[in-house]
Amino acid sequence: MTFTRGLLSAVLLLTASVLQVTVVNALPLPGGGPDLVLLVLIGLALVSEPTAGAVLGFSAGLLVDFMPPGVTEVGRWALVFCLVGYICGQIRMDSRRSPLVSVAAVALLSAFAVIAFAAVGLLFGDERITGQVFLSTLTGTVLYDLLLAPFVIPGVMALARKTEPAVSRV
Amino acid sequence: MRDTRRTRIVLAVLLLSAFTFITIDARGGDDTLLDKIRSGAQAVLGPIERASAAVVRPVSDFIDGLTSINSNQEQIDQLVAENDALRRDILASEYNQARIEEFEELSGIAGLGQYEILPAQVIAFETASGYVRAVTIDVGTRDGITKDLTVINGDGLVGRVVGVSTSTADVLLLSDPTFTVGARLAESQETGAITGQGADLLSLELFSPQAAVEPGNPLVTRPSTNDRPFVAGVPIGEVVKVTPTPGALTRSASVRPYVNFTALDLVGVVVAPPAKNPRDSVLPPSPAPSPSGTGTTPLSPLSPSPNGTRETSPSP
Repeated sequence: MTFTRGLLSAVLLLTASVLQVTVVNALPLPGGGPDLVLLVLIGLALVSEPTAGAVLGFSAGLLVDFMPPGVTEVGRWALVFCLVGYICGQIRMDSRRSPLVSVAAVALLSAFAVIAFAAVGLLFGDERITGQVFLSTLTGTVLYDLLLAPFVIPGVMALARKTEPAVSRV
Repeated sequence: MRDTRRTRIVLAVLLLSAFTFITIDARGGDDTLLDKIRSGAQAVLGPIERASAAVVRPVSDFIDGLTSINSNQEQIDQLVAENDALRRDILASEYNQARIEEFEELSGIAGLGQYEILPAQVIAFETASGYVRAVTIDVGTRDGITKDLTVINGDGLVGRVVGVSTSTADVLLLSDPTFTVGARLAESQETGAITGQGADLLSLELFSPQAAVEPGNPLVTRPSTNDRPFVAGVPIGEVVKVTPTPGALTRSASVRPYVNFTALDLVGVVVAPPAKNPRDSVLPPSPAPSPSGTGTTPLSPLSPSPNGTRETSPSP
């Protein structure tokens, strides 16, 4: 990962996480809302290697964990997003792959993030996690993420590609 | 796939450290290294949130204002004809008007209960994981905020302060599933505990199985030891449904909170408890008596920094 790529990732992820808590979460949307940080992370990690993806995801997760209001344990999102970044790196979008791959990635990884976050919570005895909230969060997050993905992911991927040397690596 | 071995090692290390963080944080007291890092991070991230909220709030409020102007047009016309004073109010910007009203309600409730409050603006909402109900407000240690203070707005109990950094504080909302507050039925003096459910309604457990309770009964807070985290007499909500539990040791009911948690904007942190328990005097239906001077904050709706304890004004 180049320095420019790192800087771009940091700026994009910070912007996304601030907008998430000040704008998105302030909207009274039924069933949760889109996860901006997850979308930006998917965009960045889809054009990265698995290692870089995992590191990106871990950092993005820590940022979300530390973002006030910080009521849950630090590390939960880091754990979840680390895996998300790693998986995106394995999928590895290059220009020859169909855009449908990234749509599928958004749907599956949004669902994965919600499930993994709840699973980690259950593991550590978080009494807030109930079946009803889980189901509404799961459907809500996946739908909102899919709706918002076309406006976020192509832009993020294009920006990220620009910061990388023009040699194609497979 | 290149470099899988290195990749796996990196992934394992990252996952392990995330796991370690959670473990430390889950069992830790208040002085773990992680807490220090967290408050350091909040000291940096808080101001960013404040700045972002300052930019974003007026825009979204303006849009809200536009839509409500349209829907209320007929009503506004009528009011203009009726009353010159009202006309002046309507001509005032919707945004300022809404804020003034919120401020008046807040100062009204503070006056009724003799609470000394510090007004604050909600700047951030807990992320969409859906489980935690918490917000960040724009006052912190430099304004004299500490953990375990009661947070109210013009309608009643909002929550309590659970974390505080230099310029921001985290408030756990009444609707959070881990939130519990001692409550008292206003008329019958029966006591119980109210717990959030992560949903619109709260659950109430009355300690006495014979307690007389019926839908419509209002509830207020019972004071905690030393008034922390809860001061006495803050309206919580009204009983909407009593669950029949024959033979149970307690009585359960559902409670609808007075506060609308999806539309939180201006709140007040109770920085000094009332000198004596306000009992039921803060509840909505009571006629508004003129608040006497002791202990109240002389709130002026137009001034954002009314009581002098606050150095900086909230962002408009």
